[in-house]
Amino acid sequence: MIRVILPGHLRALAHAGAEVQLEVKGPVTQRSVLDALEAQYPMLRGTIRDHVTQQRRPFLRFFACEEDYSLEPPDTPLPDAIASGREPLLIIGAIAGG
Amino acid sequence: MSKVRVLVGTRKGAFVLTSDGKRERWDVSGPHFAGWEMYHLKGSPVDPNRLYASQCSGWFGQVIQRSDDGGKTWTQPGTPPGERTTPEGMPKGESNKFVYDTSAQTGKPLTTHQWYDGTQHPWEFKRVWHLEPSPSDPDTVYAGVEDAGLFRSKDGGKSWQELSGLRGHGSGPGWMPGAGGMCLHTVILDPRDPGRIYIAISAAGAFRTDDAGKTWRPINKGLHSQHIPDPTAEVGHCVHHVAMHPSRPNVLFMQKHWDVMRSDNAGDSWQEVSGNLPTDFGFVIDVHAHEPETIYVVPIKSDGEHFPLDGKLRVYRSKTGGNEWEALTKGLPQNDCYVNVLRDAMAVDSLDKCGVYFGTTGGQVYGSSDAGDNWTPIVSHLPGVLSVEVQTLA
Repeated sequence: MIRVILPGHLRALAHAGAEVQLEVKGPVTQRSVLDALEAQYPMLRGTIRDHVTQQRRPFLRFFACEEDYSLEPPDTPLPDAIASGREPLLIIGAIAGG
Repeated sequence: MSKVRVLVGTRKGAFVLTSDGKRERWDVSGPHFAGWEMYHLKGSPVDPNRLYASQCSGWFGQVIQRSDDGGKTWTQPGTPPGERTTPEGMPKGESNKFVYDTSAQTGKPLTTHQWYDGTQHPWEFKRVWHLEPSPSDPDTVYAGVEDAGLFRSKDGGKSWQELSGLRGHGSGPGWMPGAGGMCLHTVILDPRDPGRIYIAISAAGAFRTDDAGKTWRPINKGLHSQHIPDPTAEVGHCVHHVAMHPSRPNVLFMQKHWDVMRSDNAGDSWQEVSGNLPTDFGFVIDVHAHEPETIYVVPIKSDGEHFPLDGKLRVYRSKTGGNEWEALTKGLPQNDCYVNVLRDAMAVDSLDKCGVYFGTTGGQVYGSSDAGDNWTPIVSHLPGVLSVEVQTLA
């Protein structure tokens, strides 16, 4: 199972806890994880990536294993620790403001 | 006994204020959607328990919420957790999807408008400013959005389609954002003529359709705006809000950037009715529920100083449809008050006497149960108020 940590506002929208667990078939990438997340929680469609372009929303970041994967291509495999469920993928609302 | 329900959208959540017909004691529920910008909430005239709400965030984008029990519980239309498609096969999560129509079939797909530096800029969806439920069908609702466009849902908010004839109007490439963004903030449905809709855009102006949204015409004749190169141009005016009394759908009242205006011919032409107002800059304008010639504005000092003149929060009322105005001050702060009242933050109930309500950027919601003669704060410390709507319930 893939583990994903959601930011607080998306937990409320999804009626979910901080961590959700997902079944991902095939390679574990940003795209496949987000596809699985949106399939399980369709109310999150459009809140993490744009409905049409599928681009990450500018103020959201994807962290894994203490690294920032936000700028990686969406089909780049995520680390084995994410694929095995040992570590969670963190979806982070970037700090903005002063 | 009648009840009143006030729907308040703020920068950090939504609040529902309810009272009996006396309007003396209020129950406050909320924050709903705590932490989110709630640009607008509005109930269906046909089914008052059906409420629509625009929830948005700089981080997470646009979400549409719907309540079918008067605001006690909310869902994203058509999207219970754990289901990928509706029984009809439509994907869930479509209620948040606002995609501009670029199809060739609808006439004039338009992809750019004027940017601040004079270059052309792509249309980019940012948020829903205003939701206007149909007066005849609880499942039909219109959404005015930024960048300026008009969308309609006919399935209770589950999916949205653009009425692209507006954005495709020939003047579209010349529209430019106002300081608050290029927002379509006003949607008025003619209660007598289902084909007629009025909308207003900052800073393009007011438009009208007479064929249910297929074609549109600018209705800005008589407006005079010093901040555009041609002060009487067909489009480019910064209209802040428009109001109509349902008994007289051809009579419109407008708070422009500067100037309070009136039209007696469905927007074909306008006359200034600022009269003796101390300043005619402002955002809100509304009409008394039972007296179509009684209108309300909240004068704001200037476009550079968005607060009341002299630190005195005053609603101005005209019982003559403009020109002659009286200050309403009883119960409102008359010193050191520097809040603003935004364009969708005033509404009236239809009780006798008419109730008038408005919210401020300082988080106060004031109510008057005697048509504005006396005011009391219903709540005083909410987040900045973006919108106020009122439902009068049997």
